[in-house]
Amino acid sequence: MDLLEYQGKQLFARHGVPVPKGVPASTVEQAVAGADELGYPCVVKAQVLIGGRGKAGGIKVANDRREAEEHAGAILGMDIRGFTVHEVWVEQASDIAAEYYASIVFDRAAKKPLVLLSTQGGMDIEEVAERDPGAIAKLHVDPLLGFQDFHARRLAFDAGVDADVIRGVGALLTKLYDAFVGEEAMLVEVNPLIVTADRSVAALDAKVTLDDNALFRHPTNAELRDVSGEDPQERMARERGLTYVKLDGNVGILGNGAGLVMSTLDVVAQAGGSPANFLDAGGGAKAEEITSAVEVILSNDAVTAVLFNIFGGITRCDEVARGLIEAFAQIEPTVPFVVRLDGTNDKEGRALLAEADLPNVHTEATMLGAAEKVVELARS
Amino acid sequence: MSVFVDRETRLCVSGITGREGTFHTLNNKRYGTQVVSGVTPGKGGQDVEGIPVFNTFHDAVEQTGANTAMIFVPPRFAADSILEAEDAGIALIVAITEGIPAHDELRVYNHLARNDDVRLVGPNCPGILSPGKANVGIIPAAFFKEGNVGVVSRSGTLTYQIGNELAQRGFGNSSIVGIGGDPVPGTSFIDVIAAFESDPETELIVMAGEIGGSAEEEAADYIAEHVSKPVVAYIAGFTAPPGKTMGHAGAIVSGTSGTAKAKQEALEARGVRVGQTPTQVAELAAEIAGSLAR
Repeated sequence: MDLLEYQGKQLFARHGVPVPKGVPASTVEQAVAGADELGYPCVVKAQVLIGGRGKAGGIKVANDRREAEEHAGAILGMDIRGFTVHEVWVEQASDIAAEYYASIVFDRAAKKPLVLLSTQGGMDIEEVAERDPGAIAKLHVDPLLGFQDFHARRLAFDAGVDADVIRGVGALLTKLYDAFVGEEAMLVEVNPLIVTADRSVAALDAKVTLDDNALFRHPTNAELRDVSGEDPQERMARERGLTYVKLDGNVGILGNGAGLVMSTLDVVAQAGGSPANFLDAGGGAKAEEITSAVEVILSNDAVTAVLFNIFGGITRCDEVARGLIEAFAQIEPTVPFVVRLDGTNDKEGRALLAEADLPNVHTEATMLGAAEKVVELARS
Repeated sequence: MSVFVDRETRLCVSGITGREGTFHTLNNKRYGTQVVSGVTPGKGGQDVEGIPVFNTFHDAVEQTGANTAMIFVPPRFAADSILEAEDAGIALIVAITEGIPAHDELRVYNHLARNDDVRLVGPNCPGILSPGKANVGIIPAAFFKEGNVGVVSRSGTLTYQIGNELAQRGFGNSSIVGIGGDPVPGTSFIDVIAAFESDPETELIVMAGEIGGSAEEEAADYIAEHVSKPVVAYIAGFTAPPGKTMGHAGAIVSGTSGTAKAKQEALEARGVRVGQTPTQVAELAAEIAGSLAR
């Protein structure tokens, strides 16, 4: 789960990472009241889960009340690369002397947290990495040892941080690591990490990705989920405990197990079709879950045919068949279905479907055959 | 021969008294696996259809000689259960549990890495099946028979699909190892491929990967340098859009890395043939097996 900038900053602040003072606002009135309270100049920043806000006009400095009102009015409701701005963060302006970069990523290959520090902040770090890889200091941390002062010193010296802020940057990194571990993040990124004119340091931006699997231990973080930008079908699926990703095509897809569903999408594409979604009904899905999944798939109007590709292990094919029969009773779908059932209780499942004789439901014996059939039906 | 589980396996199941835990434990036992005990804190002294239940792994190991653990407890208890099994001296830990927090997995991985006598397979995996010998996990064993193809995969149902296509062409398996779809798997493709390379029964290796991470690319380098047996690969997720997690916590294309195409290219550049569909994987395997026979 990705956090908005201000949510990330509030999370940082809980761990002692210095951040500029600010106020979130979802109306112009709130923004102006916040700006008055913070004092001028201040910065009005669009809160959306996408980069390039500054270039899109989503970050503006307000020198007085009139400008705060004008900027908040312009930015709230603005569309930034497909994301509508519902909230702004009004923040005290900072007196910036230098812009650094710091991040901690969950490095899957090394299976350790990786801490990065660079004095070339304020721009796209991938560009820095390409142009001048030596400009980014990197260090893996043993998660059982934790982040030590020597880690911070090595990073600061390697990155060439100004001598007078080495301690301050080190302290910020230590607190950032606390936040990374304490909140169970997959990524924390500060770009820019600023050095101010009076030589203090602060996180001027915050990018935080939390581990969805750990949210049960962090109920306050779980409430931060931004549902406004979420696709309605994806939201419906999530609320029903299904793993669903919406895609651009017209062939609805349901399978069991992430790998098999991914493979099904590929095989449909190779057969000349275009998948409308990824939907993993999960292991051991019962009839009600299948019925629910059909509803989610068909709530996407682009779907012109649906493919069920099931290889039952802990999932029982007869449960899948019952779920589909129930879905026909409840929703009366008008698009054709192609069903391929193999594995646990496949004979029972196929027998149930044959007996129910649902309109426009075709059974196929193989995954490839089923993919070809559904592509043909989706076209007609 | 086979890898990781066989007739010497003495299995202890953590979470044996849960609904799913009981169901799959009994399935494994019916298959012929030596299921010697289970662990559920607070239920020590009870039994599940004759299988004794203990409060701790230490008791189970001491009293039943368990050498393998299967973890079936919910995500919030799973890391602790794995650590307990290791502490009790279990040599092989198979973690079926899905949804374990990533930082828990990180701590477990780095702790277990300090002990050369323990192997973790999973988490979020279907387990290990050595046909005719032992089944530890949830793989539907009825679809597989003994043979010479070793299969290693990040996904359960995809393994069944590929295994079934192989079976339809007459192939059996030495072992089928599901390493799981999480960001921090305890056992990597490389570990399993190395085991298959030194397993005399395995003549052909099939690896089924998917988008996300760099495990397939690392395996490609390893195969080029250390593996003499033929390897056929499959990668799922060519149509996956970047930035979206495709079901498995580990299956996400981030930026330019982790795409199916990049993995396919890395494998093919090292001489590993990559099937475009599960069917094609089986066809490639048949072709290679045919040439081996000659």
